[in-house]
Amino acid sequence: MTQVERHTYDVVVIGAGGAGLRAAIEAREQGLRTAVICKSLFGKAHTVMAEGGIAASMGNANSSDNWQVHFRDTMRGGKFLNQWRMAELHAREAPDRVWELETWGALFDRTKDGRISQRNFGGHEYPRLAHVGDRTGLELIRTLQQKIVSLQQEDFKELGDYEARLKVFQECTVTRVLKDGPKVSGVFGYVRESGRFFVIEAPAVVLATGGIGKSFKVTSNSWEYTGDGHALALLAGAPLINMEFVQFHPTGMVWPPSVKGILVTESVRGDGGVLRNSDGKRFMFDYIPDVFKEKYAQSEDEADGWYADPEHHRRPPELLPRDEVARAINSEVKAGRGSPHGGVFLDVSTRLSAEEIKRRLPSMHHQFMELADVDITAEPMEVGPTCHYVMGGVDVDPDSAAATGVPGLYAAGEVAGGMHGSNRLGGNSLSDLLVFGRRAGLHAAQYAAGLGAADRPLVADEQIDAAAAEALRPFSAEGGDPAAPENPYTLHQELQQTMNDLVGIIRRADEMREALTRLAALRLRARRAGVEGHRQFNPGWHLALDLRNMLLVSECVARAALERTESRGGHTRDDHPEMDRRWRKVNLVLGIAEAEDDLGQVSLVRRDMPPIRGDLLTLFEKDELLKYLTDDEVDA
Amino acid sequence: MATGTEPHTDAARRGVLTTGRAAIAARHLRTDRWWVPPLVTALGLGAFVVYSTWRAFANSNYYSEPYVSPFYSPCLGANCVDMPLGARWPLFGEWWGLSPALLVLIFPLGFRLTCYYYRKAYYRGFWASPPACAVAEPHATYTGETRFPLILQNIHRYFFYFAIPVAGILTYDVVLAFRDTHGHWGHAGLGTLILLINIVLIWAYTFSCHSCRHIVGGRLKHFSKHPVRYRLWSWVGKLNARHMLLAWASLISVAVADFYVFLVASGAFDDPRFF
Amino acid sequence: MSTYTAHFKVWRGDTEGGGLQDFDVEVNDGEVVLDIIHRLQATQAHDLAVRWNCKAGKCGSCSAEVNGRPRLLCMTRMSLFGEDEVITVTPMRAFPIVRDLVTDVSFNYAKAREVPSFVPPAGLAPGEYRMAQEDVARSQEFRKCIECFLCQDTCHVVRDHEENKAAFAGPRFLMRIAELDMHPLDAAQEAGLDRKSSAQDDHGLGYCNITKCCTEVCPEQIKITDNALIPLKERAVDRKYDPLVWLGNVIRRRTP
Ligand SMILES: Cc1cc2nc3c(=O)[nH]c(=O)nc-3n(C[C@H](O)[C@H](O)[C@H](O)COP(=O)(O)OP(=O)(O)OC[C@H]3O[C@@H](n4cnc5c(N)ncnc54)[C@H](O)[C@@H]3O)c2cc1C
Ligand code: SF4
Ligand code: SF4
Ligand code: FES
Ligand code: FES
Repeated sequence: MTQVERHTYDVVVIGAGGAGLRAAIEAREQGLRTAVICKSLFGKAHTVMAEGGIAASMGNANSSDNWQVHFRDTMRGGKFLNQWRMAELHAREAPDRVWELETWGALFDRTKDGRISQRNFGGHEYPRLAHVGDRTGLELIRTLQQKIVSLQQEDFKELGDYEARLKVFQECTVTRVLKDGPKVSGVFGYVRESGRFFVIEAPAVVLATGGIGKSFKVTSNSWEYTGDGHALALLAGAPLINMEFVQFHPTGMVWPPSVKGILVTESVRGDGGVLRNSDGKRFMFDYIPDVFKEKYAQSEDEADGWYADPEHHRRPPELLPRDEVARAINSEVKAGRGSPHGGVFLDVSTRLSAEEIKRRLPSMHHQFMELADVDITAEPMEVGPTCHYVMGGVDVDPDSAAATGVPGLYAAGEVAGGMHGSNRLGGNSLSDLLVFGRRAGLHAAQYAAGLGAADRPLVADEQIDAAAAEALRPFSAEGGDPAAPENPYTLHQELQQTMNDLVGIIRRADEMREALTRLAALRLRARRAGVEGHRQFNPGWHLALDLRNMLLVSECVARAALERTESRGGHTRDDHPEMDRRWRKVNLVLGIAEAEDDLGQVSLVRRDMPPIRGDLLTLFEKDELLKYLTDDEVDA
Repeated sequence: MATGTEPHTDAARRGVLTTGRAAIAARHLRTDRWWVPPLVTALGLGAFVVYSTWRAFANSNYYSEPYVSPFYSPCLGANCVDMPLGARWPLFGEWWGLSPALLVLIFPLGFRLTCYYYRKAYYRGFWASPPACAVAEPHATYTGETRFPLILQNIHRYFFYFAIPVAGILTYDVVLAFRDTHGHWGHAGLGTLILLINIVLIWAYTFSCHSCRHIVGGRLKHFSKHPVRYRLWSWVGKLNARHMLLAWASLISVAVADFYVFLVASGAFDDPRFF
Repeated sequence: MSTYTAHFKVWRGDTEGGGLQDFDVEVNDGEVVLDIIHRLQATQAHDLAVRWNCKAGKCGSCSAEVNGRPRLLCMTRMSLFGEDEVITVTPMRAFPIVRDLVTDVSFNYAKAREVPSFVPPAGLAPGEYRMAQEDVARSQEFRKCIECFLCQDTCHVVRDHEENKAAFAGPRFLMRIAELDMHPLDAAQEAGLDRKSSAQDDHGLGYCNITKCCTEVCPEQIKITDNALIPLKERAVDRKYDPLVWLGNVIRRRTP
């Protein structure tokens, strides 16, 4: 049997981003022994990169705001494909989650009367995003990290050991969720530093591993985003939904090439930045879709008036939901009206003073100065779409965040699907992390506490051996296989290129078929991915192992995108450009197929969503509902 | 994490060469001219020390009506030269035979010696602790300002309190410098201008002091409840950001002022008159 | 777009030892040192260990030393160096080595745990916190910290004196104490914890000789020394060296 380091906990949380840390805090506060595992150092998870803010209808900036309005905006943004119950819980609970952060030491920017300041963002009717300059994610993660430290300090006082009830296993990667029959029994992974394997036995596992962006070439995401949680769920038998919806953020840096994709926060537009093409035209006015015609300004004057007097003006079209803006930029560039490096111009310098820009957007100022030699207080930025967020994810129960079909498995944060429908509004992710992170932690803890000692699932040795053999394969790739070992870095680059070119922002059936073929070939080659050196902190090995996850997840994206023959939110089909009301309530549910078919290894079934509760429907005008829902659904 | 171990007696195993850290033989790998700033600092401070020691002990050529050297004001010895209206208070009796400058210089000296900026400057420039960032320092042990004598740096604030009356007296001297050699008001010579510039820099340096910043507002928890002190703190903060610059500027201006008085008093130079 | 070949020396090794290894590698317009390290990984040294996450200067993972200066690899532009300059990249030299450019930074996490956490004020429910912008601004500056630990790495107190690690929290965590002490609603004092004197008594504030290397290397441009460490020293002076305060304490202690 493989030698592994073994631990036993009640709840294991995979991921130390906003969702994971919030889940861990909750599980520990329920009194259970909790472990958090993360691939990078504690406090470095992807959440630190979030800039703009946390959406919560606290009503500090405009007292008309409330959870119903937030719910409405979220549903509109997601084109009504959202799991409505999640959208409801999210809108109701977000303010409490934000206020709670203050009691743990967070320092948001303030209003004049000392409350949390809230800023405008695309798709949100009122200023709603609690923020700290443009480093809100850092504040969020640091606050949660420091709350964890404070819980550990309590345990130290009481038990003499900081880690008695809550331990962070940093720089450890989980490669398998282990099961005892249908139930979760623990996790298997390796320690990056030493390369040694470990097993944590636990009846409840929360997936909070974030997104999948590293499968795309131009992305705002960090190396962690290899879709591990999505793949772990699939491999454990839990299905994914909505994987065709990938959000391309409209504004990423486009130059210099080495920083292509790095995010330019939406707050630039929220605070007055305008988009122009190479003719100097504010082109967004030409791209307001019918469903949003009444809500957005039709002229520059009207749009300009909104910044000072939002009551009497409609908002500028720069603040349309992200999918709309990204497509518009894409079209402008394709039509030859792009900027020198293949983007469009985003300019705040004409609207805000240099002082104000430095105060409100300090890290953007710094980022452009340092990386591109552009002074955004004096010149426009060049921006273009970048892969940013995956709406799809593990299919979960809305109230408990429990994954479908695998007792003991939970998912929260970007890795969970449903909440954002076909397109996420800016700021709704950070609040999602807190709301559903807490719920996942709570229900995982209750589930674990409810199990008697005798019902605790056991970890079988064969599973450990199998997981270890799988993880070690890259080291022996040279020996057995006939062909030469593949360079994992090359495979990764080819994968990114494939996804970027063929399953990117605008999609076509033939291209996606082509993508599936290429992915299948890459999958075969990835089995031969070989690495040199030893197991200690070996990035080549780590990447070789991540490839399995990226390929699996990419296939899900391509497979689902091929199936959905309409355009909606983060899924745009050249060959099916219209939104189709009949597709509105359909979720595409993905699993691992029993046997491979000609499209690959994943299985796909269509599933109807539960009808939206009546009182929630009454929050909308009937006219508006008819744009999204079929006549039958509205009448019912 | 290695803790509580005694410092390594063997210089080859200390600091960046400690076992367990990346094995790199060089004590630093900086390729820029990192030694220039500490060298310039050491030379600059050294020159001032030499000059001021000479002038402080000289006990001569420090007054030439209406100008008094800032080194000798207030003049507290009985042996001070006669200065009409000047800050000449013979608090110390006849027994003090040395230069009267030594009686007062202790205050500006203490102020500057314990100043947070000068501390940085001489710790780096003279004591090489550290000589420059990420350049290993030569000392086997280091306790910083935790023990006697360096723990005394904490009394900087009291020198700040004393610095205010001293600067006040120097201001008074500048006012007196608007008289001519016969005591009539309405004069201004090059000396007046030099003393004026000097006192402005001295005040700017004094107000930019970190202790000052702390006292006027920095110590508060709620600025919003003390709007006036908050505004003061903001002003002092702006000055404070230039504390290093002011420290050098005022150091040079003091020396220049003294040297000018010396030149005039010794007859080497005739004070040009503006009006 | 211009391309040239740069000469790199990268430290490779582990606890057993190691040394600088030479590489010739292609450099393109606008690239940063981390891009070059990645190119080395992809083409010449697949197992070259380096930490990084965001490649945007936001996470503080990619700390190392370039030509002897502590820096973020992802924010160090190649244009900073001459085309024929030899560029030396080593791991941070104040912490134990793990492998290649990766060091063991657990010292910092241990220190983080030693700083008592925020104490919420009694009697204020969530949602009732009121703080003015000018009151939170000071602490907000310190909360920009991305925990890259470059300041901890460069600070000579521990870099040059391993034996001081036990007693000294380092600039990052002294700044954390300042942050909490300036937090308008922190109720540590009411709970019997005086952060000001404890900074000196328990966290080694006195070791800092305000030589400002932490400020020089901070990629977030936080004025660590001027805005956190010196004010904290002044706060400790309030408590311990101000004769008026001292006198007050003596008198108060006498009266029962
Ligand atoms: C540049 C940028 C800006 C953004 N700005 C905003 C914004 O302003 N507002 C907003 O609401 N949202 C924003 N988002 C989106 C938001 O930041 C993310 O969706 C969110 O942070 C995801 O959080 P999470 O908790 O799900 O996962 P993450 O924070 O990504 O954490 C994932 C964790 O899982 C760990 N992990 C992953 N795989 C494994 C494994 N196999 N084993 C062990 N651990 C593993 C990782 O180490 C990490 O700790 C932004 C995103 C980006 C990229
Ligand atoms: S100023 Fe103090 S804390 Fe900062 S590097 Fe220097 S000695 Fe260390
Ligand atoms: S204070 Fe600056 S240098 Fe120190 S850890 Fe934070 S960001 Fe890094
Ligand atoms: S005079 Fe320099 S800090 Fe006080
Ligand atoms: S990789 Fe995140 S700071 Fe450099």
